[in-house]
Amino acid sequence: MATYIGRRLVLLPIVAFGVTVLIFALLQFLAPEMRAAAFITNPNQLNALPAIIQKYGLDKPVHIQYVNWLREVFLRGNLGWSQTARQPVRQAIGSFFPATLELTMYSFIPIMIIGVWLGTAAAVHRDKAIDHVSRVFSISFRSLPSFVWGLLILMILYGRLNWFPPGRLSLEQDLFVRSGQFHFYTHVMTIDALLNGELWIFLDAVRHLAGPVLTLTMISIALLVRITRSSMLEVLRQDYVRTARAKGLDEPVVINVHARKNALIPVITLSSLTFVGLLGGVVITETIFNFPGIGRWGAFAANQLDIPGVTGFAMFVAALTVLGNLAADILYAYFDPRVRLQ
Amino acid sequence: MGLLSAAVRGVQVNRTRLLPLAGIVAACFAAALVLPATRDRVLRYPLAIAEFILLALFVIAFWTIPSDFTRRMRRNPLSVAGFSIIVLFVAIAALAPILAPPPATSRDAYLIPQEGFSSDPKPPQVRHPFGTTEGQYDIYYGIIWGTRTAFRVSITVIAISVVIGLFLGGISGYYGGRLDEIIMRLTDVFLAFPGLVLAVVVVAVLGRSLDNVMIAIAIVNWPVYARLLRGDILGIRSRDFVEAARALGGNDFRIIFRHIIPNAIYPFLVFGSLDVGLIVLTAAALSFLGLGAEVGYADWGMLINLSRNWILGAPGNPFAYWYVVIFPGAAIFLFVLGWNLLGDAFRDILDPRLRGSS
Repeated sequence: MATYIGRRLVLLPIVAFGVTVLIFALLQFLAPEMRAAAFITNPNQLNALPAIIQKYGLDKPVHIQYVNWLREVFLRGNLGWSQTARQPVRQAIGSFFPATLELTMYSFIPIMIIGVWLGTAAAVHRDKAIDHVSRVFSISFRSLPSFVWGLLILMILYGRLNWFPPGRLSLEQDLFVRSGQFHFYTHVMTIDALLNGELWIFLDAVRHLAGPVLTLTMISIALLVRITRSSMLEVLRQDYVRTARAKGLDEPVVINVHARKNALIPVITLSSLTFVGLLGGVVITETIFNFPGIGRWGAFAANQLDIPGVTGFAMFVAALTVLGNLAADILYAYFDPRVRLQ
Repeated sequence: MGLLSAAVRGVQVNRTRLLPLAGIVAACFAAALVLPATRDRVLRYPLAIAEFILLALFVIAFWTIPSDFTRRMRRNPLSVAGFSIIVLFVAIAALAPILAPPPATSRDAYLIPQEGFSSDPKPPQVRHPFGTTEGQYDIYYGIIWGTRTAFRVSITVIAISVVIGLFLGGISGYYGGRLDEIIMRLTDVFLAFPGLVLAVVVVAVLGRSLDNVMIAIAIVNWPVYARLLRGDILGIRSRDFVEAARALGGNDFRIIFRHIIPNAIYPFLVFGSLDVGLIVLTAAALSFLGLGAEVGYADWGMLINLSRNWILGAPGNPFAYWYVVIFPGAAIFLFVLGWNLLGDAFRDILDPRLRGSS
């Protein structure tokens, strides 16, 4: 177990190094003037562009620039200035991420519960009604673009029914939150509202979360249902399941104790895939619902050619992805001893 | 050549069944030539008609090849549905200039004609069967020509990914060792980003254009292909026929390209066809975010992006502009659905282990 985790941990910095090289290589497609934008914090500096290029060595050989850039990013934690967020990239990530965390958190739970339940049910009742329903459901949502689904939800549940408005809070609640009477503990709005004892803020936050969560859930659940189903079918064919049945155990015991536990092992890996998928999915969902998280900021920065913003966003998401995968690998080895011994 | 001769045989075997089909197609063309409204269009684009007939023949031939594969395909209603949807889109793409003739003054047929500059979308009417978007781009025209864009994007991306995947995956799987380690860590780096995020960065840096969208999606996609081929090659490398080729003095290049890749490429190509749906979805998402083709280019995601400000409708009438989402959205959905249905059927047929389990 220790050597397995050790090997994963050794790979981690290698991948991280590769990510920085990739991002830096992409940046080299830009002219020095555009890269200099990262160091500009007010309009007056625009006249001093050549001096800035000189000062930060943007006309130096590539490898020297890379080392300088890396030093800037890792030693000083300086990712540049984001034009779209009007603050340094590092602070921008800090201020946008809690909203995204809230969104992914509330989407992740229903995705795992409904996905696993529907997948197992479909496998156990193979070729029955529930199997067909889950099949149609899964292939439809795999084919529907997330933004079309999101726009439909927005049209119906906000435009028509006025249930789930876009944004993060309504005007009145937002003013209250900013008034100073509200203390931010975690910057996750629903939790903060409860900690402050302000139920009306909590309810308003939930109302605003419902639309994006519904969008993310529906889109991501399809894959989980498919994989749980085929994994469960595979397990149901195993000898130990037949043995359990031959011993005369009740069917629920066979399914829940013998089969499902083993069928859930691939689902652990899948949970990290789902997490990564959610991080990609928030770009579209947050843009549609005007939800102030890092996804909307990243898309907006890309649109406005705010290069420091985009690259900072991408590196942050990559770091989360790599850590998510690492966690999944470790959990996988923990639950499946065969992996450790390989 | 093998496919062609098999197809000819298929046509011969199924002659009686094919006759009514050919008759219907011929009748449609005759009708189109007789009706004055459509005659001009048909006569103006003989090339599109020729393309269409060629494709139709190819499709019919493929469908009637007497083999286990096509027999299973024909028996499964889902794969028939998927196949029909794809054929429909192929027909639309081939006949695009006839279904939606570009205006005489247009410099590029892919640019959607614009009628006026009024900002609010206009509902479906005779001149614009699916309505218009913000800025008066015709949605019908955009959907018809967008079919060609969708095919172009997916074919280009798959071609690039397959070439890179073949090269790197082949080296990695065949030589193993340190080279394998390096290439696999390289794929790790590219897979450390959610696909859409990396694509967004690449388009933001390279600039906004359809070519860059294709490059971006190919950059996101190739590692999957490289890993797939590597895995296949690892299984094949130690097989007897490879040993035999080596014993006969074949060099590495010859062994890889003549013996290993032809034996590993089949699942690889099937995977490519499954991937079309995902590629089109990513391209549409990029366009929707405003990171796709130039404004006014026939592209499904772009059509929705153009009218994004209007989807909440007018006061008192929330669905006033339903057509700006529904028509392009349905086009993307059907296209991707067709490929997914076909892909599931392919997998069911070609992978006996999974047969009936997905």
